[in-house]
Amino acid sequence: MVPKLICDDDMVDIYTPTTSDKDSLKVTIKLSVEKINTINRICASFGNNPEELINVLHETQNTLGYLPAEVQEIIAHNLKISAAQVYGVVTFYSYFTMVPRGDYPISVCMGTACYVRGAEKILEELKKELKIGIGETTPDQRFSISCLRCVGACGLAPVLMVGEKVYGRVAPDDVRKILEEYKNDNDEEYKCQQL
Amino acid sequence: MEMIELNIDNKVVSVEKGTTILKAAHKVGIDIPTLCHMELHNMNIENKPGSCRVCVVEVDGRRNLAPACVTEVAAGMVVNTHTARVLNARKTIVELLISDHPYDCLVCAKSGNCELQSIAHKFGIRRIHFKGEKSTYRRDTSPSIIRDVDKCIMCRRCEMMCNEVQTVGALSAVNRGFISVVAPAFEMDLEHSPCTYCGQCVSVCPTGALTEVDSTNKVLLALMDKSKTVVVQTAPSVRAALGEEFGLPAGTLVTGKMVAALRSMGFKYVFDTDFAADLTIMEEGTELLGRLKAQLAGESNAKLPILTSCCPGWVNFMEHNFPDLLHIPSTAKSPQQMFGAIAKSYFADQIGVKRQDMVVVSVMPCLAKKYECQRDEFKVDGNPDVDFSMTTRELADFIKQSNIDFLNLPDEDFDNPLGESTGAGVIFGNTGGVIEAACRTAYELYTGKKLDVIEFESLRGIEGIRSAKLDFDGLTLNIGIAHGLSNARKLLDEVRAGKSKYHAIEIMACTGGCIAGGGQPYHHGNSEILRRRRDAIYTEDEGKTIRKSHENPYILKLYKDFLGQPCGHKSHELLHTVYYDKSKDEVTIHHD
Repeated sequence: MVPKLICDDDMVDIYTPTTSDKDSLKVTIKLSVEKINTINRICASFGNNPEELINVLHETQNTLGYLPAEVQEIIAHNLKISAAQVYGVVTFYSYFTMVPRGDYPISVCMGTACYVRGAEKILEELKKELKIGIGETTPDQRFSISCLRCVGACGLAPVLMVGEKVYGRVAPDDVRKILEEYKNDNDEEYKCQQL
Repeated sequence: MEMIELNIDNKVVSVEKGTTILKAAHKVGIDIPTLCHMELHNMNIENKPGSCRVCVVEVDGRRNLAPACVTEVAAGMVVNTHTARVLNARKTIVELLISDHPYDCLVCAKSGNCELQSIAHKFGIRRIHFKGEKSTYRRDTSPSIIRDVDKCIMCRRCEMMCNEVQTVGALSAVNRGFISVVAPAFEMDLEHSPCTYCGQCVSVCPTGALTEVDSTNKVLLALMDKSKTVVVQTAPSVRAALGEEFGLPAGTLVTGKMVAALRSMGFKYVFDTDFAADLTIMEEGTELLGRLKAQLAGESNAKLPILTSCCPGWVNFMEHNFPDLLHIPSTAKSPQQMFGAIAKSYFADQIGVKRQDMVVVSVMPCLAKKYECQRDEFKVDGNPDVDFSMTTRELADFIKQSNIDFLNLPDEDFDNPLGESTGAGVIFGNTGGVIEAACRTAYELYTGKKLDVIEFESLRGIEGIRSAKLDFDGLTLNIGIAHGLSNARKLLDEVRAGKSKYHAIEIMACTGGCIAGGGQPYHHGNSEILRRRRDAIYTEDEGKTIRKSHENPYILKLYKDFLGQPCGHKSHELLHTVYYDKSKDEVTIHHD
């Protein structure tokens, strides 16, 4: 009969291998050859230089719309740096996103001028209307919300952007109206290229 | 070199241009407290992100306080390191750090060894004036290392070790501001990252954010179980560092006391991993000679250079980063695993104990060994060759728990037959030691002559990459040595490019070798401790009557009675292993 140790049961650090979890946690790259080639080309255009990481990430996000783990792995591989370091940079800068942006990415300016003229209320209204938070995308992939600091149109504060289009002197009541413009719109002009 | 004169705490200091205030102060005996800064002298290891601000000092004419660790001296500078303004700032900084830190010192694994704790004590902090939100993060447990990020102070030492010294790239600072943490890519668990479990992050973590998985309780339960025969093996480096945990000066050899303590704790047989190190030399040395002879005979598939395979951290690194070179390393298991395989076959038969009734415990300076003993290929029907691997630190705590007056123990000897070892087995703990031990044997076996001088001084040293040419009776053998995985990577890149000039390469994951392993007593950035451990290992070797593995009488008996020939059929079955491609563990690329 082996005695039990008091701490035995509540020892949190007993390691148990989790084979099934392990498989599901693997980062599986499902990108098409074409997309992989695009990323490789972007990396090569910056000489696969690790010091160009931020530029590579910018260019890749502009082309693919977002930077999922699989894409970061390929960039890390090409630039000969660790995926952890790439992920560190991606999560440090709010500009980079790991979730696909909506077809109509909405940016709310939170710069000083817009902020004092009620940008926060506009943001709240948007969140309420779309039922998503900052950095999120609606389930139908149509809209996403992000915040930015100053678009250089302080005279029009508060400012909101949908894609590249700027809306100035926005009041909370205007939000629904703006969204309506895009709800049934098949115009491809503002759509970001998606993976 | 241009010299600069300045004044620190009313002392005139003259230092080279480019020196930091911290180092200039140190030169005149002023120890400015630091937390994030850590330097291992002569080892090319320094962390100075200037992030904790604990080292701030007042510089005359400068408006704000200057961080001493990153501020370079200037001519005529007047520095004060302990004015009221400085002390207030330091206290505030430490209080702010603690305000976002769990108050669980009493039950923290790092208590007593925590640099945040000792600095708070040193500054006389008795109250935290700041109350606010605490950042929390999930706890991550792997086979070797526990991450408790709530205790992280973002000193970035682990990140520096993982990326610069080891080039493993498992850890990086991610996210921004208050929610920033040090984590693997995509915040996956360490187990799924390219982590090699070398444990160098743990050895430099100032707090309890990174610690080892504690096996003490499992070992205690095994010792309490009357149906089990518990056998223990101790690695070469443990005896050169264990004494530090009991207040002895670094480099004090405590072999005899360690054996006495283990026996008194209830281990039925106290054996030595050094014995298995001798066995490793027989196998690895034979393999080296075999491949060498194949190359001399002009065989195209001679597979040279041969790489040592004793270090499980290095093996993990290779499996992750060099899957195309898996045929190059020696197939010999590490001494820990060789010991387990022999203990649970040869020795178990000898004493008439069934495999499943024997528990093999290892005491190691290493965290990767904890992972290694759980690898599937080192199990027979699910029963591991080595059941539990403890660190030097865990053993020290266990000895204290067992009410043993360690310092007053009489010296005792290891048991036989697996406790007898040679000086060659001992030096496995130092960088260059494995290859020196291998050369002592390979030389005599190859040339049929006795070595005049046993010490291969050309293989010793602390340079990250070393090379030596040895004369094997007319045959010149090129030996390469790398310690620290960034150095290993350089030699491996050469091999990959077909440009390696070496016949044999020794690699150890930790800078300095096992004496600086992730499971050793904390050095707190004092490289003098590591130097003394290294010297102690060579002293132990010098004190041995037998210093060549192939002269160990118990090794010879083991081959005669049980194994047959080195690299023979039985040896291959018990003492050799295979390596796996782990590069695909994290990423699988599907082309569709």
